[in-house]
Amino acid sequence: MSEEVAAEILQTHILDLAAEGRRLDGRGPDEYRPVTVEPGFVVTADGSALVRLGETIALAGIKLEIGKPFPDTPNAGVLTTNAELIPLSSPTFEPGPPQPGAIEVSRVVDRAVRAAEMVDLTKLCVTPGEKSWICYVDVHVLGHDGNLIDAALLAAVTALSHSTVPAKRFEVGEADYPLEVQHVPIECTFVRLGESIVVDPTFDEEHAAQGRLTVATDEGGRIVAMQKGLVGAFSPEDVKAVVRRAFVHGDRLRTIVRGGSR
Amino acid sequence: MGSVGAKEVPVLLNADGLRIDGRRLDELRPLRIQAGPLRQADGSAFVEWGQNKVMAAVYGPREVHPRHLQQSTKAVIQCRYNMAAFSVDERKRPGLDRRSQEISKVIGEAFESVVFAEEFPRTSIDVYIEVLQANAGTRCAGLVAASVALADAGIPMVDLLPAVAVGKVAGAIALDLKKEEDNFGEADLPMALVPQSGRLVLLQMEGHMTEPELDQALELGVRGCRAIYEKMKGALRERYSIAPIATEAA
Repeated sequence: MSEEVAAEILQTHILDLAAEGRRLDGRGPDEYRPVTVEPGFVVTADGSALVRLGETIALAGIKLEIGKPFPDTPNAGVLTTNAELIPLSSPTFEPGPPQPGAIEVSRVVDRAVRAAEMVDLTKLCVTPGEKSWICYVDVHVLGHDGNLIDAALLAAVTALSHSTVPAKRFEVGEADYPLEVQHVPIECTFVRLGESIVVDPTFDEEHAAQGRLTVATDEGGRIVAMQKGLVGAFSPEDVKAVVRRAFVHGDRLRTIVRGGSR
Repeated sequence: MGSVGAKEVPVLLNADGLRIDGRRLDELRPLRIQAGPLRQADGSAFVEWGQNKVMAAVYGPREVHPRHLQQSTKAVIQCRYNMAAFSVDERKRPGLDRRSQEISKVIGEAFESVVFAEEFPRTSIDVYIEVLQANAGTRCAGLVAASVALADAGIPMVDLLPAVAVGKVAGAIALDLKKEEDNFGEADLPMALVPQSGRLVLLQMEGHMTEPELDQALELGVRGCRAIYEKMKGALRERYSIAPIATEAA
């Protein structure tokens, strides 16, 4: 009971601050938290990256295996993204089957990677109709302080950008080679706090939010995925303004992904 | 030649009595423990042990979910040991398999043996262990991480629980097996020690050992645990010691 009261007071406080253009952690409305990326964190993976977005921590691991292409796409490999919101990362997650929140994160991340055509799936084909690479992108959320979608995608694209195709190990080539990446999608998430729309929400801000909007952009100026979530509404003008801001953040974050550091 | 499923047995013990990674038989792999890396958890720890990377978090004492597991006289300890899909060479399907469930059970029971659970009736102490990168000995690494996380969470316990596996490689009893030794060795014996009482609260074994070999293995394991115990205490000291206040000299 007291926890609920405290949560309500906190939410009111967050909204009051937002009305003055301020935030609980001192950031401005368009200020992203510090981002660090650590590619190659896991040696058992074919590619990996640990990403910290403030106190939010996501670890992505890539595994490539030889399998059979889908019958309807015999000339293409397969890429699947899965995000695990394990109970270790937040007091609000429980063990058991994936909750809708985890499934949403998985799907929104997967959509951005797929729609941006980050990896050319035809290049993952080995023998049409028979053999192709299956590329698994698994994201493990280790710390949840909000904005899991952005953190999970940053981890996924950093890991994919630093991956090796284990051709030699699977006896389909002479040597392993780097996985080719053609585009780098970046998702940027905003929440509405009263009349203010702020970027990169923390856990507490997400709880106070009156709507969340995620926009994925690529380096070529394309919008490749969007997702509106939580209870709340955005006007078309809001959406346009958010998209403009998403491009700016996207360009900046992409240099971090490419550089493999801050 | 590096192909899938290569079965060639490597030389596990050379003429100088050194192991595949140059260690002596009674030598541990490098072990680094960090207490409290996760802000959201009540207690947490990250362990890098050889090529293992394991994160543990503790939540509680808190309400019991599901409710029917609640006990009126003490806290229940719910342990979940899980491996990330990318933590092993061949991708593991996400979720708990039978192995993970068994390990979760024996680790949970080990902690029940040392936690003062009667102090928190009708609550749950949830222990989560995530193996991010595996190279043999992950249950011991998980136990060590979780034990430090429990201490970090301020849960009262009889003692910390250091753990290590002893095995038999090329006929010799060896401390803290790495993957090749585990795969091609003749026995594996993970254990967790209560240093204060000298008793074992986790013990498993698989392989072949004679009685004298077991005696030797237990002795070696207990010694290994005592060395790990010091590192665990060191990690907690590092997190909680306060730097002396700088005097206003300058």
